[in-house]
Amino acid sequence: MLTGLLIFIPLIFSLLLFALKDHFVLNKKIALTASMLTFVISVMVLMQYIADPNGYPIYHSDFFHLLGIEFTLGMDGLSMLLVLLTTFLFPLIIYSGFGSGLERRNSFYALILLMEFALIGVFSTTDILMFYIFWEIALIPIFFVSILWGGQNARSITFKFFMYTLVGGLLMLVAIVYIYVQTPGQHSFAFSDFYQVILDPSEQKWLLLAFFLAFAIKMPIFPFHTWQPDLYFTAPVQGTMLLAGIMLKMGVYGVLRFVLPLFPDAMNDFSVYAILLSVTGIVYASIIAIRQSELKRLIAYSSLAHVGLIATGMFSRTFSGLEGAMIQMISHGVNIVGLFFCYEIIVRRTKTGEIASLGGIATKAPVFAAFFMIILLGSISLPLTNGFVGEFLLLLGVFEFNSYLAAVAGLTIILGAVYMLWMYQRTMYGEVRETTAGFKDLTAWELVVLIPIVVIILWIGIYPQMFLGIAEPAVKNILKIQ
Amino acid sequence: MFEHIWLVPLFPLFGFLLIAFNFRRFKGITAGVVASLMVLLPFLYSIIIFIKLSEGAVGQTVDLFNWISFHNLSIQFSFLTDRLSALMLLIVTGVGFLIHVYSIGYMKEDKGFNRFFSYMNLFVFFMLLLVLGSNFLILFIGWEGVGLSSYLLIGFWFKNQDYNNAAKKAFIMNRIGDLGFLLALFLLIQHFGTLDFAVIFAKSSAIPAGDITITFITMLLFTGAIGKSAQIPLFTWLPDAMAGPTPVSALIHAATMVTAGIYMVARSNVLFALSPVTMMTISVIGIITALMAGSIAIFQNDIKKILAYSTVSQLGFMFVALGTGAFTGAMFHLTTHAFFKALLFLAAGSVIHALNGEQDIRKMGGLKDKIPVTFWLFLIGSMAISGLPPFAGFFSKDMILLGAFHSGPVLWTLSVLAALMTAFYMFRLLFVVFWSHAAKPENSSHPVHESPKSMTIPMSVLAVLSVFGGLFGVPHLLGGDETIRTFLAPLFASSESVISHGREALSEQTELWLMAPVFLILAVIYLAYVIHVRKRKIGQAEPERSFFGNLAYHKFYVDEIYEAVVQKPVAGLSTFFHDVIEIKAIDRFVNQTGNLVVWVGKNIRYIQTGNVGAYLFFMVVSIILILFLNLLK
Repeated sequence: MLTGLLIFIPLIFSLLLFALKDHFVLNKKIALTASMLTFVISVMVLMQYIADPNGYPIYHSDFFHLLGIEFTLGMDGLSMLLVLLTTFLFPLIIYSGFGSGLERRNSFYALILLMEFALIGVFSTTDILMFYIFWEIALIPIFFVSILWGGQNARSITFKFFMYTLVGGLLMLVAIVYIYVQTPGQHSFAFSDFYQVILDPSEQKWLLLAFFLAFAIKMPIFPFHTWQPDLYFTAPVQGTMLLAGIMLKMGVYGVLRFVLPLFPDAMNDFSVYAILLSVTGIVYASIIAIRQSELKRLIAYSSLAHVGLIATGMFSRTFSGLEGAMIQMISHGVNIVGLFFCYEIIVRRTKTGEIASLGGIATKAPVFAAFFMIILLGSISLPLTNGFVGEFLLLLGVFEFNSYLAAVAGLTIILGAVYMLWMYQRTMYGEVRETTAGFKDLTAWELVVLIPIVVIILWIGIYPQMFLGIAEPAVKNILKIQ
Repeated sequence: MFEHIWLVPLFPLFGFLLIAFNFRRFKGITAGVVASLMVLLPFLYSIIIFIKLSEGAVGQTVDLFNWISFHNLSIQFSFLTDRLSALMLLIVTGVGFLIHVYSIGYMKEDKGFNRFFSYMNLFVFFMLLLVLGSNFLILFIGWEGVGLSSYLLIGFWFKNQDYNNAAKKAFIMNRIGDLGFLLALFLLIQHFGTLDFAVIFAKSSAIPAGDITITFITMLLFTGAIGKSAQIPLFTWLPDAMAGPTPVSALIHAATMVTAGIYMVARSNVLFALSPVTMMTISVIGIITALMAGSIAIFQNDIKKILAYSTVSQLGFMFVALGTGAFTGAMFHLTTHAFFKALLFLAAGSVIHALNGEQDIRKMGGLKDKIPVTFWLFLIGSMAISGLPPFAGFFSKDMILLGAFHSGPVLWTLSVLAALMTAFYMFRLLFVVFWSHAAKPENSSHPVHESPKSMTIPMSVLAVLSVFGGLFGVPHLLGGDETIRTFLAPLFASSESVISHGREALSEQTELWLMAPVFLILAVIYLAYVIHVRKRKIGQAEPERSFFGNLAYHKFYVDEIYEAVVQKPVAGLSTFFHDVIEIKAIDRFVNQTGNLVVWVGKNIRYIQTGNVGAYLFFMVVSIILILFLNLLK
């Protein structure tokens, strides 16, 4: 029951908002209430899950049965973590909106809630057709958010992203139907039936490629990433947070949920290529980030590098790699939203994201400097922050796959420090500049967003065991370890 | 017995948080007092631990909680209290406390007073984690954590971008080493299934010397040590790190953090002893670093830079000891070095303080009588580091030279040379600053003043330690009983005996002869006196430098080489990746694919003519084609 509420609350409130008039405070309050409510419910679901991890929380509706579609939501460790990430970040993302310069705010928040609905659906459905439907629904709100409220060239950039992921999605749909036809007995789209299909290795190869492409574009993995920096740059910051914080985890989720368990034989040959691409992406994106002169683009490339490492660990198909991927999905989501929020704070006050024209903010706003620093440390994976636990396990996983590749992938901890510290130094340290002369320290409501983020960064960094524990049975399932 | 060991790091952590949350509320020296107290308390506790252990108490591992554990990996958050960590605890908290007290006076006028002490406590917290960790990963938390604190404190005066660059450089160079360290950890997990010291060392006793995996592991661990302890090729960050306030240089970049590499190797002595190749590498890198840094120090003019290169050189000395298997010698020198180098830095700070921020020794001179307390303290420090008996440095260096002698006459000779360099640059510094009247201080409008008690008292304590600290390691020959060797024997004895296996014991006579370099040291000091006091005339220009001197003066152009070989190419690569590969290749390809689809769509629509006949024609052709293809099957 609770699990059902989880998905319908955002949907209902979204529809409600579409029907309302444009009124900033009210719209935002409604959206915030809905997302907070969803978060509370997800925590209750978590309690259920922890109390009884085997009989994981399920919601089942016969309503759609007529269409031959099973509408069932279920939570294993993997879903649980991603749903929690989603419900945790949404209130923060909604709350972080300043609302200035926006029009049609009711639609804006309605779209965001629609997005939450779709994302929770993606992460918790147990039916692959429903997965596909949610996957495509999630595209709609982000499409409109970027096009309607985006910056320069929003139209062509968003369109490119849209077409790109749509193509990937369609390939996946073909593969889904292909496997569906081979499900035993009365065909079904249920995960459990899909897992039972035995595919011969040559079939697996093509199906794997179709799935891989869909997820590789979404994450994105090098070289399918060129839509990303532009879109992150042009989208309104909440849109960027949604994209980087949660949406790209759909790709990671897809790999963990389908690619690894469905095509084990093909993966034996393919994983090395996937890892090579991912590792290339890590080094490539890190090196590009070194010379980025605009904050948002720098953060975008850093995200690309971090996601590359998640992918690398995941494709290593080792226990540590998968545990690391799960922890790092959460960590990356939280940290990147934190980073973009810091970016937003800077841009709101100084009207510029050009690193060269900033400086001296730490003098003016020491509290902000401290928060920014902690988030940055999480992002460059300093021990006792969430980033370290994730990257340590990911690199360990890669190392177990191939030690030389781990050494190359490990360059991220050096290069990450290079561009992040440079960025921090240039914006926060140095003499106060014209742009930053009137920089005010954090307001109370900004603290409301930053404090939960920092708490999670330190929590996962200091005591990750709870999250590792939730992930463990899911990892065992994926790797088919008893 | 040591269940409450977690309190030790908790105090400075608490201090850090307390100051951080009250950074606007704490006025005057409150933050300094709080911070000092939070180091004093663990110091007192450390004394108790130390006494209990030397009375024969057994070391203990205390598990706090499961840190990272699943399936086949289990890493505990746990602390190990044994004789080695107890020794480090004493150094870190003891010297740390003195430097905290000193800083209250030194930093009094600084606007960032509260911030300074919060960072200092944060540093002590991480340093304590480093020495207390009972497995490699907890050690690594501390290892990276001290790197962070070091970063924050080097760039403490963050308005100056040069300082920030120095801070960033330190962090990144350390990270390079840390990647090696991480890879070593992965190998350890793969090989031993754990990172726990006790388990790994126990298991490795069954491994034959020369095992290739162990060589890899130790080499990678040593890479980490190279970064943290500023050895070739990752040493250039340490001189730059002098951008931080002087107490920071004393605590972090002389007495404690930079010795973490020594500690780590000594801690893993069982592993290192199994790999002659690594041990050899360590000695070689150690001695080259010692000589190179020593020769650079001779030609520098910044008082702190000279001390920084001296630190690099002394660390190289400690690595020589480790490489020759003289683990006790390395730890002993680490201890005495912590005393006299901290003293020297604090005294240098006192000089800088007296001259209102002047650091160029060419602008100093004749300070002997103006700041006599500082002068005497500096003199004691210089004699101790130069290895004059009966000061602390004499005994610890003697132990290291003895180890080097066992490895062969070449290493011994080079080590003696390094020791002579030490004496020379130290006394050059001393004579130029305190004796000669080369030039007037520039800020002569401010009267030169002696430092307040809060600064001189901590220095005096360190001076006492620099004088008597060596008594823990007086060799049997001179009537001592090498207390420190007995104390650390449970940790090092077996490794040291493995390495010295087959070596002949030295006769007393040889051992006595090996102390002869003391006379050379005296000669070198006299030489420095002649050059810098006797011959130097007022206002005399700098003497012409020889080719080698010029090289050393420019620090062998290492920074310039790194810039040309690493920084510039990476920057170029970055531009190339972004402008060419990203935009002109990948993205263009994606866009062209899109355009192609649009173009095909545009043209293909002409096929839909609306002519039924044409449709029928295509249908029939297709059917025939399908049938035909079926036939081929």
